[in-house]
Amino acid sequence: MNLRYMLICLSVFSINPAIADTISITGATVHTVGPEGTLDNATIIIKDGHIIEVGEGLPVAEGSTHINASNKIITPGLFSPLGEIGLSEVGAVAGTNDATQRGKEFAASFDVADAFNPRSLVIGISRVDGITRAGITPQASRSGGDGNASHVISGLGSVVHLGSKPGFLTKRGAIVVVNFGESGSALSGGSRATAIQVLTTALDDAADYHLNQAAFERGDRRAYSVSSGDLETLGDVLAGTKAMLFRVNRAIDITVVLRLAKDYGIKAIISGGAEAWMVAGEIAKSNVPVILDGINNLPNNFERINARLDSAKLLADAGVSFTFGAGAQTHNARLITQSAGNAVANGLSWDEALMAITLRAAEIWEVDETVGSLEPGKEADLVIWGADPLEITSYPEQVFIKGESISMHNRQTLLRDRYLQVPDEKPPAFISINN
Amino acid sequence: MEILSRIVLTICAIFLVTGCETQKDSTTNPFDSTYQALPSEATILRGGTILTGTGARLEGADVLMRDGTIINIGKELDTSNTTVVDVNGKWITPGIIDVHSHLGVYPSPGVRAHSDGNEATAPNTAEVWAEHSVWPQDPGFVAALAGGVTSLQVLPGSANLFGGRGVTLKNVPGQSVMDMKFPGAPHGLKMACGENPKRVYGSKGQSPATRMGSVAGYRSAWIDAVEYRKKLNAADNGKDEPPKRDLKLETLVGVLDGDILVHNHCYRADEMAVMFEIAKEFDYKISAFHHGVEAYKIADLLRQNDTCAAIWADWYGFKMEAFDGIRENAAILDRAGACTVIHSDSAIGIQRLNQETAKVIGAASQVGLDIPPERAISWITSNAAKALGIDEVTGTLEAGKMADITVWDGNPFSVYTKAQKVYVDGSLVYDRDNPSANPVTDFSLGTAAWHGGAQ
Repeated sequence: MNLRYMLICLSVFSINPAIADTISITGATVHTVGPEGTLDNATIIIKDGHIIEVGEGLPVAEGSTHINASNKIITPGLFSPLGEIGLSEVGAVAGTNDATQRGKEFAASFDVADAFNPRSLVIGISRVDGITRAGITPQASRSGGDGNASHVISGLGSVVHLGSKPGFLTKRGAIVVVNFGESGSALSGGSRATAIQVLTTALDDAADYHLNQAAFERGDRRAYSVSSGDLETLGDVLAGTKAMLFRVNRAIDITVVLRLAKDYGIKAIISGGAEAWMVAGEIAKSNVPVILDGINNLPNNFERINARLDSAKLLADAGVSFTFGAGAQTHNARLITQSAGNAVANGLSWDEALMAITLRAAEIWEVDETVGSLEPGKEADLVIWGADPLEITSYPEQVFIKGESISMHNRQTLLRDRYLQVPDEKPPAFISINN
Repeated sequence: MEILSRIVLTICAIFLVTGCETQKDSTTNPFDSTYQALPSEATILRGGTILTGTGARLEGADVLMRDGTIINIGKELDTSNTTVVDVNGKWITPGIIDVHSHLGVYPSPGVRAHSDGNEATAPNTAEVWAEHSVWPQDPGFVAALAGGVTSLQVLPGSANLFGGRGVTLKNVPGQSVMDMKFPGAPHGLKMACGENPKRVYGSKGQSPATRMGSVAGYRSAWIDAVEYRKKLNAADNGKDEPPKRDLKLETLVGVLDGDILVHNHCYRADEMAVMFEIAKEFDYKISAFHHGVEAYKIADLLRQNDTCAAIWADWYGFKMEAFDGIRENAAILDRAGACTVIHSDSAIGIQRLNQETAKVIGAASQVGLDIPPERAISWITSNAAKALGIDEVTGTLEAGKMADITVWDGNPFSVYTKAQKVYVDGSLVYDRDNPSANPVTDFSLGTAAWHGGAQ
């Protein structure tokens, strides 16, 4: 191992979590992504996993572990808004994948949080690149095509932290995922209209169920298109306690989502949104956030025929709230900084780009009271960088999740460190690596 | 080309009729390149930071190009009778070369009607040529141009042990694939190891269903090729009648003759080592392993065999054979002196091969491996040219080479940097400052790309 690297690891950031109840990090340029904006030579005090104070030139807290981060940059932890971290270990190995259901029994109430693996190797790999929280979301059904609700409605998504502390769920079942557009068409019987019909039928059923629950229990009500569990979940959507995420790209499909959201009083989220820039004004007016791909500018299909690289800038100009992650997911969640950096290269301001991959994602999941910015009272998810976090050559020097200085090692660094060794007489299997 | 001319001669030997003389002319080979460099003017790029692709970095230097060729590189070059382009503060590199693309064969839009990259009907389809599937109107070509890509190899997919011939193109829109073919570039032969062929054919109850089945498949095919080659040689020497033309075996014989370069999709280190044994058994060379997710485990073996590893910067985890992907792969290969190439295999990735390279630079610096820009640029220029067998004519900024040049508005290994001007054979084919002059494929007319979206 390189000496400089080892020194960084050992002398500056290595902390025994057991004695690190209070941590003072001093000297860095801190992008709070909160009302305080960017602070120079700032101090962050962390206690019991939470941020206690953030300010310029604050003294080191008494009895705290002191980390000197002079000449470093600190940002909030990055937030991967979508994907299958902890639900998918190896993409093409079926047994390691839990984000998709094949059955027809559950639609809205299929809850991937029950399958989440907090020890997934993908977590160790993602968090050293600064991802501290992730939305975990179900995928579209692999069967489908018959108009069943369970194919159009994928199920529930949750928010998890990627640290080692127990209690991995930040928020369970906060979002119901719906597939519209070409995918919804294929899953519902061959038309976008059928996908809409499947959803509105289920929503109407849920509304009816909640008005006539007693009658339903007695068997005095008509049959519903979805199970009672789904009716409960969709009831939460209608009541506004859960949001509904629509996978759509085509401009008119987005307009349809906005209309549905208004008609049913649903908190909608657009995911994909390749053509969102064309209806940015409508989206802003509806106060609906967008999860963008960020770098896919090609007309992969006819619903993305007007995709463009400067989408984020155009949405920002129109006042739309957005984040990145519709493309960079799961194993590639760590690439949201590349999406953000490319958005800056195509006109977005740097501050808006950082806000997109931190606070905006937290707002979409309605966990912004807890994470997303560096403010007193929030959980201490933060990243110490040696250089511009959006720059492609930058990697975190240390990551904190819920106040814990996490291990910067993972299976990939073990492989790296083994094969960085100069070959010996013995095969690499005999090279031991200190973790 | 050699094999085609031999076949032409063979045909002449059978039909001793007039007219054969003209068939010997190389212009009569089917599917030959009809690429013509676009009009250009003598141009000096004045005062930029130049990464030559040979490992050198020149500050405040000029590049002079004329008639499609690089004439000179140096300071304060004579500007008389040339168009002067001020590139102060800009970086100049050889045009980016992607050794692994499916543009045109899996174009945008990626609808089923456009799915022309995998002839997944038999494990050996060495007879098919990717160029016969290339749709020149793929908007991805122009998007790649905006990413500084001047040449690319379009390959068949990896469903088959032998997927067919790849074709190297100049990234200048044409009406047919022949209009885009890189003049004189050798064909590639796409071979594939690992999970894909055994999944595709094993699931149909055919061979290969296992990796050992795949190896038997390669070896059987090469045995047939060796026999066919003997018959061709016997006919050449007038000892026998030539065999009936066999498109499949012509491709394989082209490899044995050294005219066609093997591009072998292979992820795992142990499988690459096995493929080297097959190459030794049948005396052919593997020009490059593609994807090579585990190439870093056998960096020395790759160097010893003079085989390039064409890899992604950071793809991992999407399948079992990609489980051990690490971001330092290229850095470890480069440190060992192996020919290191960053490839895309993606219509998105091809637009920013500079950024993919930068990911490795950053990861390597974390463990104390310093890869300066002038070295890293070779992974996507000169080393790529070597893998494609076009390094004699392009891939570096040197006098006498094709004027395939990308001008960047800063260090190409920054996320904020974009290709500003792209020259192919000295012609300015893409200019970010003059969008209305940039190419737009027919498909993109009336879309965002038409208005500069696919920048």
